Amino acid sequence: MVHINGKDVNAAGKKISEYLAENGYVVGTVAVECNEEIVSKSRYDEVVLKDGDIVEIVSFVGGGSR
Amino acid sequence: MKDTFVLGGKEFNSRFILGSGKYSMELIKAAVENAGAEIITLAVRRTNTKQNENILDYIPDNVTLLPNTSGARDAKEAVRIARMSRELGCGDFVKIEIMKDSKYLLPDNVETIKATEILAKEGFVVLPYMYPDLYSARDLVNAGAAAVMPLASPIGSNKGLATKEFIQILIDEIDVPVIVDAGIGKPSQACEAMEMGAAAIMANTAIATAGNIPQMAGAFKNAIEAGRSAYLAGLGRVLERGASASDPLTGFLRD
Repeated sequence: MVHINGKDVNAAGKKISEYLAENGYVVGTVAVECNEEIVSKSRYDEVVLKDGDIVEIVSFVGGGSR
Repeated sequence: MKDTFVLGGKEFNSRFILGSGKYSMELIKAAVENAGAEIITLAVRRTNTKQNENILDYIPDNVTLLPNTSGARDAKEAVRIARMSRELGCGDFVKIEIMKDSKYLLPDNVETIKATEILAKEGFVVLPYMYPDLYSARDLVNAGAAAVMPLASPIGSNKGLATKEFIQILIDEIDVPVIVDAGIGKPSQACEAMEMGAAAIMANTAIATAGNIPQMAGAFKNAIEAGRSAYLAGLGRVLERGASASDPLTGFLRD
């Protein structure tokens, strides 16, 4: 299982680009962090998700202060 | 003479930094336009698979985006959020917000100084939200902050300049721009902070919770410009006691 945005997801073995495409993410509007390291967009096609990875997928939302 | 606001090597004509929280998407655009704001803050959050509207579509292209690190509880989390925000591809500006307390949402100056040092070294233009403490402000400047953002009163409270005297000390003693952030509830309070010599005002809730959002954004714009102009003009003196006539003291209709 891969821990993505706080949930366990059956995504081990998938490339980040595959996971994003399958789930309808627009690559231009997200940033991805894997095990507390930023994954640059140019590497979405290279990085394969593994069991136990902790992944954050974020985007901008409205905000001033919390 | 042109009065530009320089921050992180960029020149701005507006001294109004607008938050983008708590609005509907359509109102953000109207608020930005009426505010004349050139810097808009944004937050970074986990995004789910059903992507909502993209807020960036509602913000004019000439506006500089200022992501914040809201939600961070310590320096490490703030640094992670800042790096993610830069990866989102909207420049190097970041507003550091680190709060351990969820009741009063007060910033943790010590963790904020740590995060500022790390991020400034990584080339970010770091704008730290802080409690207005002179020693912390000096540490933030030494750590590489491009400005300091002291709170006027608790976030979202609309209570105004509760920390006025301490913000004045920062304005008098700190060499980077002092941007008054959080708690400004009315245009008159924004104007007062600008008269004191604040470099800019950051506001969100005062506008987002107003009866007419675009109109309030415009009212803040005017107040901030008036306060700036008054500061540049130099305020008239205040008498300790007594009165001083502004009419001639001769030529009265009596002998």
